[in-house]
Amino acid sequence: MPKIKLPTKSPHIDMTPMVDLFSVVLTFLMLTTTMRQPEPAPVDTPYSSSEKPTPDFNRMTILLSKDDKVFLNFDNFSVLGQDTAVAFRPKILAEMGKIYNIEFTEAEKAEFKKFPSSMGVPILKMKDFLDTKDNKGRAALQTGVPIDSTDNQLANWILSTRTVNQNIQVCIKGDSKTGFELVQKVLDIFTDKNVFKFSLITSLEAAKINLAEIQK
Amino acid sequence: MAEIIQEEKAGGKKKAKKHAPHIDMTPMVDLMCLLITFFMLTTAFSKAKVMDINIPEKLKDKTIEPPKIAAARTLNIILGPDNKIYWYPGNIKEEDYNDLPPLNETNFSATGIRPLLLERNRSLFKKIDDFKNQVLTGKLVMPQDSVQKNVSKLKTDDDTGPIVLIKAYKKANYGNFVDILDEMNICGIARYNFVPIAWYDERMVEKAAGIAPTTTAIPVPAKK
Repeated sequence: MPKIKLPTKSPHIDMTPMVDLFSVVLTFLMLTTTMRQPEPAPVDTPYSSSEKPTPDFNRMTILLSKDDKVFLNFDNFSVLGQDTAVAFRPKILAEMGKIYNIEFTEAEKAEFKKFPSSMGVPILKMKDFLDTKDNKGRAALQTGVPIDSTDNQLANWILSTRTVNQNIQVCIKGDSKTGFELVQKVLDIFTDKNVFKFSLITSLEAAKINLAEIQK
Repeated sequence: MAEIIQEEKAGGKKKAKKHAPHIDMTPMVDLMCLLITFFMLTTAFSKAKVMDINIPEKLKDKTIEPPKIAAARTLNIILGPDNKIYWYPGNIKEEDYNDLPPLNETNFSATGIRPLLLERNRSLFKKIDDFKNQVLTGKLVMPQDSVQKNVSKLKTDDDTGPIVLIKAYKKANYGNFVDILDEMNICGIARYNFVPIAWYDERMVEKAAGIAPTTTAIPVPAKK
């Protein structure tokens, strides 16, 4: 009797284990995920065989875009989702304000602290930038940090950053198509400020050497 | 399904309880699939890597002479336009200023600059490679830290490998710069540095690449 009844039942698959597994994977991904922050300019980093990971803290990232613009980022936003516990971003801004005689309000400093990606705003436009709330208006103000010898704001940013945090590490994130003239200029500005050690941000690409081939 | 259960409920509560409450999980699974796909695609699993580089200090005091290096071991590499690499061994003396030697041209491919560097760095590269093989095959057992330390000691002790001076012409790009530094690491070059390009280097590149000279005044070599 049961043998005849069985085929008439709809083939119900028990999906519970599958759902369990999915939940675990989903939870894992949600917890480990670090959202890719949209950068103000698209940058394709060059490849290298270096396996040293990017430092998490105390870093200042210089973004060099393809169209020769310079952007800045302080500390890391990908792990903790915000400035580190030290929260030296507002202090850097205050320091910058001192140099250019601009008084930033607490709200502006807070805005500066939580801005998620690199910034390339001339300091005189910084107030407008921080007060603007919509992203399009902000993007329009991202014209790059001026680095000319007459108006070298990058040098002052470096100065302010190093006043606030002595352990800062300089990372350079450049597009592989960025012209070397700009890179040289930026490196010169840093060496003028006695910074000689740089970390170049690259993507990993394995390199293999066949020794037998060389020994021929 | 639902209707049947209701009918059974009407019949008696005990019977309804015996039925396993089957929930259709298909929509839930669908949604989860979507979410998982989304997270997998947006997650940046691997953090970006960094490559450290030290840049020599500029000599502000003109009375201090730059350190002298053996010309026989010197290899000048100039990053040129269009992903080209120019190189010449030794150094350019003052008497050569009016008649600059031609540059050798190569590129970033596996048959370009790499064999050139390895050729000159063979003894050191072999030492490092042998050492790493010994670690890999288990003949030497040591923590990763001391492996690195030993490799850098091999590099410091080396006195046969080339001294590479990397220069960049202004039309080069950042990718070339990273590539050449990476090449130094791959080939295990012990001594290399990034130095500012001299006017005669620029001249030689412009001549080799067929670009009109951009440096107008050629300094007259000082007579001794």
